[in-house]
Amino acid sequence: MFEMEELMTGTDAVAHAVRLVDVDVFAAYPIRPYTGVMDRLARFVANGQLDAEYIIADGEHSQFEIGKHASSVGARAFVGSSGTGWLYAMEAIGVTATDRLPVVALVGNRALDDPGAFGVEHNDALLVRDLGWLIAWASTAQEALDNTLIAYRVGEDPRVRMPVAIAMDGGYLTHSEHLVKVPSKEAVKKFLPPYSLGDRVLHPDNPISIAPQANEDWVMEIRRQNYEAAKRSRGVIIDAYREYESVLGIHYDNPFIEELDVEDADVVLIGMGSASVVARSVVREMRNEGKRVGYLKLRWYRPFPSEEIRKSLKNVRSVGILDRNFAMGAPDNQAITSHDIKSSLYESTNHPIVTDFIAGLGGREISRKEIRKMFNLMESGRTEKVYWIGVRE
Amino acid sequence: MTEQRARNDDEFKDAGLYKGVHSVDLEEFYTSGHRTCQGCESALVMRGFAKVAGSRTVVTGATGCMYVANTSYMTTPWIVPWMHTQLAAGGASAVGMAAGIKALQRKGKIPKEKINVINFSGDLGAGDEGLGGISGALQTPYDLLIVIYDNESAANTDIQASGLTTWGAQTTFTPSGSKERIMQKRWKKNIAAMMAIGHPNVKYVATACATFPATDYLNKVKKALAAGGPTLLHTIDPCPKGWDYHPRYSNILGELAVKTGIFADYEIINGRVKYTYDLRKRERLPVKKYLEKQGRFSHFAEEDYDYVQSMVDEMWEEWELPGILPIKGGLSVERE
Ligand SMILES: Cc1ncc(C[n+]2csc(CCOP(=O)(O)OP(=O)(O)O)c2C)c(N)n1
Ligand code: SF4
Ligand SMILES: [Mg+2]
Repeated sequence: MFEMEELMTGTDAVAHAVRLVDVDVFAAYPIRPYTGVMDRLARFVANGQLDAEYIIADGEHSQFEIGKHASSVGARAFVGSSGTGWLYAMEAIGVTATDRLPVVALVGNRALDDPGAFGVEHNDALLVRDLGWLIAWASTAQEALDNTLIAYRVGEDPRVRMPVAIAMDGGYLTHSEHLVKVPSKEAVKKFLPPYSLGDRVLHPDNPISIAPQANEDWVMEIRRQNYEAAKRSRGVIIDAYREYESVLGIHYDNPFIEELDVEDADVVLIGMGSASVVARSVVREMRNEGKRVGYLKLRWYRPFPSEEIRKSLKNVRSVGILDRNFAMGAPDNQAITSHDIKSSLYESTNHPIVTDFIAGLGGREISRKEIRKMFNLMESGRTEKVYWIGVRE
Repeated sequence: MTEQRARNDDEFKDAGLYKGVHSVDLEEFYTSGHRTCQGCESALVMRGFAKVAGSRTVVTGATGCMYVANTSYMTTPWIVPWMHTQLAAGGASAVGMAAGIKALQRKGKIPKEKINVINFSGDLGAGDEGLGGISGALQTPYDLLIVIYDNESAANTDIQASGLTTWGAQTTFTPSGSKERIMQKRWKKNIAAMMAIGHPNVKYVATACATFPATDYLNKVKKALAAGGPTLLHTIDPCPKGWDYHPRYSNILGELAVKTGIFADYEIINGRVKYTYDLRKRERLPVKKYLEKQGRFSHFAEEDYDYVQSMVDEMWEEWELPGILPIKGGLSVERE
């Protein structure tokens, strides 16, 4: 069932997944910190471990357009970028979604320019949250590999047909090594059916016109179809994890979120990505001290797990959001994740206090001490709606 | 010279070139359903490449008149499979399709056969925003054809100047005013030659006019598709709306663009230049004959005609390769 278990970086884990799904076309353009995945894939091609068309693009806009159009002729495609490169591709990112083409892209989260910074910030991936991309967030290399395999299955499912972004913290996950179980090709074949666009494929045997000028006559119906697909993706994701477990024995309690001691917690911190590793360890430590704290990690950002969040937080008094992003001038000056959490909680019977912690921007480390500080502020009753943690005032 | 020409034609002896208008295929792959203006030559460019390429073809069209006016939902004129691509994505769209098809055929996921991969992009899309992407496409090993249809403006957005608009032309971005008679002060980019010179691996680059000389454009499409690897065509397309003339004169203007030499008509086949209409050997008509028939030049003073004429003269008389290589004074390399 498994080919190997090895220490590898987050980007290498994704590269293995891309190799295992037998991707047909991938296009590369360099930018830290996602690039490692392309370096690795190039080596797979050079060594005959992957049979794919490999294109070194002239820029991220072309890179993502290449992925989109390869996908339109029925080829399984992979692309990726980070930070400002991801923004450079933005137009192509938009149409990949509106054309409903299930390209999978790695976004190695990176601070947006200016000023230059290689480190993680989540704004790049979050900018596409409403465009029609599904977004999975990895916090370990194993999760990155699993997410990628699952992404192809979910995105290509005829009920969904949407592109999927694999978000991953730059540096902390792209470049750190974890022990990863790499499935065998046979197992992946069992899990992932061949990619078929059916009667939407662009091929001489299927002479269709894709994305003609529609205007107000039809755009609303087309948006609605996309909206329904995004809604359906929830069920398809649940099925995919079930199948993933039955083929590979890799178990996730819940596809969308991961809870640590949330059930009987008074205060809960919510976050995603690599900071979860630190947060979880602080929660364990504080539990040993008798504190009723918990941590909730988001694994999928689109579709957003509102139901899970309501259920998970139904008895919680105070919620903190670990926001590794900024949202200038946003409601209550809180950052992006808070708004999605708060709007989910509006439909809940329980309305905990929500405090936003903006931290770790530009790749700044989020320390155990700082996580503790967040819990302490939540426990003792906060005086502000937003705290910038770890910033020089 | 004659020996070289014979060699050039020989290369395409299997391409089934048309010999006269009566040998042109009747079947169309771009038909009714579009709503381009009467007299639109860009539409003829579409019709021509689709006819030549035939049914085993996939096409992408960049945003522009040939997207918006061509493919209203449910009334597509395309018999061949067609997909929209973004204004600057012409090159990448062709690469994506060609790479996808190649991988799927090699892996046995779809049957092996020759499928023509064609993108068309306008002068703004290809000549400005999408230049880098087309350069990228021309560096790939894939069989693909980029057709730059040049109506000399961003026609779809109401006729704005592009990098390929003729000097002096009035457009909505370059209106003639009481202080500035000439607002369009950029000289037309030498797009086809730029691409040919910059990408020495490319086997076929040509310029063309859809209607003159008859069948020439169609045969150039045939050659481009037969040449192998990435290829490029640049057509000059009279546009009644943007150039401001009666639709009945489109073909005449196309012919004049070639005969006045303002648009150099040539092929570059494996690095060898072949002038389709060689104005080094024929009489060149005065450029004014072409310009004065178009409302976009109605503000021209005599000195403006003279200026354009002087630039065209320089191109044909002083350039090392007229229309292609603006190096003057011979190619001898100075030695220290
Ligand atoms: C990225 C982007 N910028 C601007 C536009 C608006 N736009 C649509 S068509 C067009 C003009 C294209 O001009 P050209 O490529 O010459 O084609 P034509 O309309 O002349 O046929 C423009 C600017 C767009 N669709 N996309
Ligand atoms: S504006 Fe020009 S290019 Fe556009 S459809 Fe009319 S004639 Fe053709
Ligand atoms: Mg134009």
